[in-house]
Amino acid sequence: MNKARSNPLNAAAMHAALILYTLIALFPVFVILINSFKTRKAIFREPLALPNADSFSLIGYETVLKQGDFFLYFQNSFIVTVASLFFILLFGAMAAFALSEYRFKGNTLMGLYLALGIMIPIRIGTVAILEMMVATGLVNTLWALILVYTAQGLPLAVFILSEFMRGVSDDLKNAGRIDGLSEYAIFFKLALPLVRPAMATVAVFNMIPIWNDLWFPLILAPAEEVKTLTLGSQVFIGQFVTNWNAVLSALSMAIIPVLILYVIFSRQLIRGITSGAVK
Amino acid sequence: MQPRRIRWHIVVFLAPAVLVYTAVMIFPLFNTLRLALYSRIDQERIFVGLENFRTLFFDPFWAEQFWNALGNNFWFFIVHMLVQNPIGVALAAILSHPRLRFAALYRSAIFIPTILSFVIVGFAWKLILSPIWGIAPSMLDMVGLKSLFAPWLGKEEYALTTLAMVSVWQFVGIPMMLIYAALLTIPEEILEAGEIDGITGFAAFWKIKLPLILPSIGIISILTFVGNFNAFDLIYTTQGALAGPDFSTDILGTFMYRTFFGFQLQLGDPHMGSAIASAMFAIILVGVCIYLFGIQTRMRRYQM
Repeated sequence: MNKARSNPLNAAAMHAALILYTLIALFPVFVILINSFKTRKAIFREPLALPNADSFSLIGYETVLKQGDFFLYFQNSFIVTVASLFFILLFGAMAAFALSEYRFKGNTLMGLYLALGIMIPIRIGTVAILEMMVATGLVNTLWALILVYTAQGLPLAVFILSEFMRGVSDDLKNAGRIDGLSEYAIFFKLALPLVRPAMATVAVFNMIPIWNDLWFPLILAPAEEVKTLTLGSQVFIGQFVTNWNAVLSALSMAIIPVLILYVIFSRQLIRGITSGAVK
Repeated sequence: MQPRRIRWHIVVFLAPAVLVYTAVMIFPLFNTLRLALYSRIDQERIFVGLENFRTLFFDPFWAEQFWNALGNNFWFFIVHMLVQNPIGVALAAILSHPRLRFAALYRSAIFIPTILSFVIVGFAWKLILSPIWGIAPSMLDMVGLKSLFAPWLGKEEYALTTLAMVSVWQFVGIPMMLIYAALLTIPEEILEAGEIDGITGFAAFWKIKLPLILPSIGIISILTFVGNFNAFDLIYTTQGALAGPDFSTDILGTFMYRTFFGFQLQLGDPHMGSAIASAMFAIILVGVCIYLFGIQTRMRRYQM
């Protein structure tokens, strides 16, 4: 057998390396979270100590909730993310089905055209996107963001989903056709349920960049009532640079929902990446 | 099937995706390239050809900023290639060890920074590195290296590298996961055949696994390249649109934002902004082409 596989010293060294890197990865998050629950004095006196009865304080959270409209920001981010994911998955799956199921003129060309966007970042077109959104009156609406994120997510979604759509059995679809199902019914009732795992992968991949994006909210929807959580916390923290309690609490409030989502979806995400969906 | 009838369901299936993608992504992309050829003079849009690019590359005021941003961007990319990807590969190599316990736990924990937004990451590190709070100096003190501390984000010579390292910290999870996935696909028989020939441990990694995962390393390099050359958020969060101190952390993304939107006394100029976007597009295109035609086709893929 492999030496490394049986040698306990090697195993210890591997764990030491992994533990060290895990600490590096988690330390900043940990420091922010514990200090957000402390008084201003305690933040500075002992930044690495856990909050205790003496130093515990929620003053930062009180300031944040009083000053910033975080629930609104959260709601905006939620609407944008969910709506974009819905359109990416629906339109992406439809296009993927058309490309993988039917033979028609220009099929390959259409596939290539849609794949172009995988490598080219949509940000390059920002100047013209803003101009278009101003012209159509969509600027400072959530629709502007939803449209941009849908366009951004579609190329990879079509690419991944058509791989999976090809795996749906032809016999099943033909049986449906013989039973008189329309092509639409075959898509919605037979193909779509079978590629659900791939759809989940696509959703998880797109969720994080959409939720975290700063560029498009900053440019297309900076108005107070359509601010996303990422932009809202950026602006809020910028205003409160000297109020450490408020800054640390605002950061924690931005971290916690993402962490909860991650705990729920991390299996899906990691399985998605490791199953080679992005090769 | 009759070949001449239009099969409407195909059109219906394709239309939404193609329309949104064309209208919001492809059309604005080309429109931006077109806008770069115009200029606004006395409230009117006038065709000026390549004039904007001449200004960008040769006018002393613009050229200095452009080449500075481009150079910084390359350094940003080099730091990622030299630090992020080797660490990612090393972590993946350890994690893929068959008898390692808690592998899933380590993997999930190390991936956490990747899911956080730039805003969180930027401010968190700004606070930690801040000399006012003193976490970084007191931690260095614990290992006896306090003299090494400097307000890194505020010093021209360190700021960019520090931010690149913060970005590396955030994104190490991605190469780690992709390489991990690639390592899992290597069949056990190949490794066992190596063991019979006496190739184990580190040698097995260098001589057997690394050549097999080279295609994945290629993909990671091009993803890093594209990601770095349209980066913006981290620099904007920590250093603002001016990318201070004294533009030392200015990269193409922040330069384009500043030009396009204006800052302080300078008015925003969508046409110069488009010119910078076009330059970014060209750079990314060259990078992608080098990868697709120069690297990917020459890389040997092994049947596994």
